[in-house]
Parts: sequence; C-alpha cells; structure tokens
Amino acid sequence: MTTTMAEAPILEMRNISVSYGGVHAVENVSIDLHEGEVVALVGGNGAGKSSLMRALAGARPADSGQILIDGEPQAIANPRDAKALRIETIYQTLALADNIAAPGNVFLGREITTPWRTLDDGAMEAATRELMGRLNPNFTRFNSPVRNLSGGQRQAVAIARAVHFNARIMIMDEPTAALGPAETTQVRQLIRQLKGEGIGIFLVSHDIHDVFDLADRISVMYHGRIVGTVRKEDVTTDEVLAMIILGKPPDEVSTEDLAAVR
Amino acid sequence: MAQLAGTTAETRTSRIEPLRRLAGATEVDLRLFGMLVALAAILIGFHIQSGGRFIQPANLITLSVQAMGIAIMSTGMVLIIVARQIDLSVGSIVGVTAMAFALLQTDWLPGLGLTINTPFMWLVALLLGLGLGALIGAVQGFIIAYIGVPSFVVTLGGLLSLRGTVWLLSSGAAVSGLQSDFRKIGGGVQGSIGGTATWVLAVVACVAIIALIAYNRRQRRRFDFPVRPVWADTLLAVVGCAVAFGVAAFANANYLPKGLATRYAQEHGIIEPAGGLKVPVGMPWPIIIVIAITVIVTFIATRRRFGRYVYAYGGNPDAAELAGINTRWTIMKTFILMGLLCAVAGAIGAARLNGATLDVGQSDELYVIAAAVIGGTSFTGGIGTVPGAVLGAFVMQALAYGLSFNGVNSPTQNVVAGIVLILAVGFDTWNRRRGGGTA
Ligand SMILES: Nc1ncnc2c1ncn2[C@@H]1O[C@H](COP(=O)(O)OP(=O)(O)OP(=O)(O)O)[C@@H](O)[C@H]1O
Ligand SMILES: [Mg+2]
Repeated sequence: MTTTMAEAPILEMRNISVSYGGVHAVENVSIDLHEGEVVALVGGNGAGKSSLMRALAGARPADSGQILIDGEPQAIANPRDAKALRIETIYQTLALADNIAAPGNVFLGREITTPWRTLDDGAMEAATRELMGRLNPNFTRFNSPVRNLSGGQRQAVAIARAVHFNARIMIMDEPTAALGPAETTQVRQLIRQLKGEGIGIFLVSHDIHDVFDLADRISVMYHGRIVGTVRKEDVTTDEVLAMIILGKPPDEVSTEDLAAVR
Repeated sequence: MAQLAGTTAETRTSRIEPLRRLAGATEVDLRLFGMLVALAAILIGFHIQSGGRFIQPANLITLSVQAMGIAIMSTGMVLIIVARQIDLSVGSIVGVTAMAFALLQTDWLPGLGLTINTPFMWLVALLLGLGLGALIGAVQGFIIAYIGVPSFVVTLGGLLSLRGTVWLLSSGAAVSGLQSDFRKIGGGVQGSIGGTATWVLAVVACVAIIALIAYNRRQRRRFDFPVRPVWADTLLAVVGCAVAFGVAAFANANYLPKGLATRYAQEHGIIEPAGGLKVPVGMPWPIIIVIAITVIVTFIATRRRFGRYVYAYGGNPDAAELAGINTRWTIMKTFILMGLLCAVAGAIGAARLNGATLDVGQSDELYVIAAAVIGGTSFTGGIGTVPGAVLGAFVMQALAYGLSFNGVNSPTQNVVAGIVLILAVGFDTWNRRRGGGTA
C-alpha cells in the first residue's frame, strides 16, 4: 500500500512538549501519521522517543500541545482514553504483570467475562493461543506466570496484547529488541500485515535495517526535538545516521559528516 | 543424565516423585498441601503429648471458633498485602465495630424505638455495623489511594484513633446484653445449627464440589484444552466429599451438655434414656461464616476482575496502570473489603462476649498479618492465596491452643508463635530461592 500525502492524516500531534521536572524530554514536537503508514521514530538514547510515544499512549500525558484524531482534537489523559481511541501500545519496558500468565496479561484491563461476570479464562486462553500461534508458534507455556518466560516470549506476549484489540494506531517502542532472528522475522511480517490492514504504526527502533525495511517515513529526534522527517526513498542509511548522531536536518548533512559517521 | 552424578540425586528425588506427580495431575497447590500436613502434625503432636485428650470434637471446635476472627480478616489481608499495602488498623476496626454492635442493640436502636423485644432488631444492628466497617475501610482507602498517603501511615493512625474511639463511644465502660439471635453468630451450644442441618450442609458442600470440578472440566473441554485425567478429578471429588462429611460427622459427635439435653428431651417430648440423651450440637455458626467467607473471597480473588486487578497491581503497578486499570479505585476497594471483614469479625466477637469490652480485637493486626504471611503471602506483592491465609490462621491458633491446653503460659505461646512466623517465611524464602515452591 502506498501512502499519498494528500490524504488527511488519521493522527496529528502538534507542538507537543513533555518535561520531567527540569528535564525537557520533548520540546515542541509536531508529527503526523496516515492510515496504513509506518513512521519510524529514531534517535539516540534519551532523545525523547519514548516520552513522545507515552504522551500519545496516555501513560504520561503531554504538558502542552494538541493531539488530533481524524482532525478532531482529543484529550488523552490516561491509558484508558488512548485505548478508547483505538491507540494500542507496546512499551519498551513491556509493562507485564510478572505474576500473571500470558492470557491474563494479554487481556489485562479488558478481560473476557462470562454472563455471570466472572473471568472467562478459557476464552482468554483460546484467543491467546491463536494470537501467539502467529507470533511465536513454539510457545506453549500459557499457564505459567510470565516471570518464568524468556525475554523474547515476554515480548511476544506484549505484542499479542496490542494486536488483539483492533487498533487503528499502534505504537511499537523497540518491539524486536529482545527477539531472536526467527522471531524478529515474524514481527516484521506482522508489521507489514498490520500496515496492509490500514493500521498506522509508529515504530521506535535503533535497528537502521529494520527502519529502512519497514518504514514509509523516518522522523529523527535529537535532544527532545525532531530534526527532520524524511521519506525513505529520499535518503540513504548514512544520511539518517548522520542526522541521528549529529542532530542536523537532512539538507545540512555534508559529505564530511557522512564520512565521519561511516 | 550423567551416570555417576545422577545416582544420589535420583534416589533423593524418587521418593518425592510420586507425590509431585500426584500434585501435578490434580493441580493441587503443593504449598497448601504442605500446610495441611503441618496442621495435622501439630494436632497429632499435641494429641500424643496430652495422652490422647486433644483431638476431641469439643476441643477442636473451640479451637476453630477462636481462630475465626483472625481467619476471616486474613482473607482480606491477603488482598491488601498482594496489592503492596498493609492494614495495621484491623484490630481497632474490630474493636470499634464490636462496640457499635453492642451499643446499637443496648442503646442507640432502643433510642429509636427498636427494643430488644423487636424481632430482627439484631439484623438492623448487624447491617449498620457491617456498614460502619466498610465505611471506615472506605475512608482509609480513599486517603491511601486518592491522596497518596502510605497505607502504613494511614492505618497506623487508624490503629490509634479507632482504639481511642472505642473508649469515647462507650465512655470507657464495657457494654453487654445483646439480642439472643445475634449471639448465635458467636457459636457455642446455642449458636450451632444442630445435627440434621449439619448433614444437609455436608451434602450441599459435596454437591458443590462435584459441580465445580465438572464445570471446570467442561470449560476446558469447550476449548479443547488438555483436561486433568479422570482419576485425578474423581480423586479430588472423593477427597472433597470425604472432608465435608468428615467435618460434619465430627461436629455432630459433639453432644449437648447434660442439662441442655434434658431440656431438649422435655421440649420435644422424648423420654430420656438411662445414659442421657445424645443430641448433636452440629456446626457452629461462626465456622459456617468462615467457610462461606473463604469461598466468597477466594471467588472474588480468582474469578472476578477486581481480584485480577489486585494481583496485577501487586505484580507490577505500572503495568496495571498502563493496561488502563483504575488502580486507585482497586486499592480503595481492597480496604473497603478489609473493613467489612473486620466488622464480621467484630460481630462474632461481640456475639461471643454478649457485648463488648474496650479491648476487643486488641493486637489482632499482628496475628492477621502473621496468618497471611504464614499462608504464603509475600510482601514483595502479587503473591498470596486466600485459602493459604485461612490455613495460616488455623496453624497459629492450633499452636496457641495446643500449648495452653498443655499448660504452657501465654508469654511462652507468643515466643513460639513468633519463632514459627519467622521459620515459615524463612522456609518459603529458601524454597523459592532453590526454585521450588509455588510457581
Ligand atoms: N520518568 C522519568 N523521569 C525523569 N526523566 C525522565 C523520565 N523518563 C525519561 N526521562 C528523561 O527524558 C529524556 C528522554 O527520555 P526517553 O525515554 O523519552 O528517551 P528515548 O529516546 O526513548 O531513549 P532510548 O532510546 O534510550 O529508549 C531523557 O533525558 C531521560 O533521562
Ligand atoms: Mg525509549
């Protein structure tokens, strides 16, 4: 699916700022996202990527700025608001309850219940088995607390949770960080599939190959600001690396800069 | 496995292997099972030591009734500790509500025209008192969850100020003279349900156990999940029913004392046989209440969203928040439930005393927390079971009662209780570190 910029974006974030005490983690950032588009958010450690995404997810609301969905301003004050707007998030920290098994985590906060308003663990396990079959076919430990799972298995649980609930906008903060090669391939395929279904995806990643493989546009953050947003076709990996490391807009990157980051 | 190194390890594991297999197939919690064994060992130990006098229906029923208040409150304390909180005020809530139950029946309700002769006056008092307990829990829970004052501080304040309230309410005097129907809550010969009803109860319990096992089986079948082997389910049903009928038989082997039996014979027009009439006392009300509360709170903890959220918060507060759970309301509700359970304990206490003194529930917080911890609740949050805590309460009470039965004084009992607490948690920590245990 190709994205025409003429289409109205499903999401616009305007002049977003986030600060923690004196630290300005995100300063006056504007970014948008279209249906079926993957926007990669890249930048060095502490650049503010997760902070920007947490503002969208309602985990730590922005101090100022506007969020528009389909052109309508929306207040996202907490994770419930974001979920109600069909924004799903895979957090960098995974955010799993370690003492609860995979199905309980996938459905946490949105449990399937029986007509007697009791937890329908059977239905939740069945749905989780199906989801995990797509992400990590060898996974069998559906009744073990996720504390006992490997890093990659935990990541699969976190991804399954975001995928299940019919999102329009998905935030993936380093979704393949803990995954082996086979599982990473699974997640890449999943991202393509979700994109094909028309979901808009923010992909935060340090893996420049992943970024070029999956993204339509790349936004580079540096010290809390966006230094530039480029279409993948218009840049080379070296140019993006120079933007990330030197914090220069794409048109200011010189040949010496490229040599320096190589 | 390497031939040489394997030999000793294998012989060691082979002995517990059948047990583990049994536990695996029946999915019985090994920890709970271990506590049952410990409880049995304590009872049998005292039985032998006392020359065979300890395990008698009357004795065990007294022991159980004494453990009731602690057991009831420990079910709520599990959820509190699982949610990374603490409630130090439980003993004082018991004190306040017990005093309220007494004053309601002797003073406040009569002032409104509901006298001791009004049938169901006790029910009004009961509902108001339970409401008071829930309200105290709600106020403390609100301050903890919404204002953010640590539960340790809020409930420490509650411990002090609520105990003071007991004095203020009663102007420093004990109160007595409750309605007789209310007193049944406290158990005793008058507060038991009799032989026939006890058997009926056992049948109901047995049917419920079988229905539950069948329901779980059907649920797993519905999704083609592996089910427990039939023999394991059958074994569980048989053991469950055996326990239900065993307990009933035990309660019914406790007979009315001579004077009351004679009166019973006269009232029912029975001619008393030469050896005296044997009228079963049956199950005391407080034990029925404890069983019911254990079942209800276990149900809430494991089958309801609220319980799931309490455990999720305990496992990872951030994850619970990010999942969109209303964590503040969840925490506040655990304190409301705790307050309500304290009021139930207060009702049983007041009923047993036929009134209230100033020190009802004093130091209960220590025993309630100890029961939860002995029962496997962990202060790291997210870990603990309701039945475990109830068993913990019984283990502690069995020890205390057994020691005093054998003439050990109460300071020594406290020394033993303290050591047992540390040993139980020490064993747990050790067990978890070497990778066994709960899972
Ligand atoms: N909870 C917090 N409290 C205080 N400061 C924070 C907090 N979270 C992030 N920061 C600070 O905000 C800045 C941006 O952090 P953020 O996590 O958004 O970076 P990031 O781009 O996601 O980095 P990484 O690639 O390492 O994940 C950093 O300087 C960080 O130290
Ligand atoms: Mg980050």
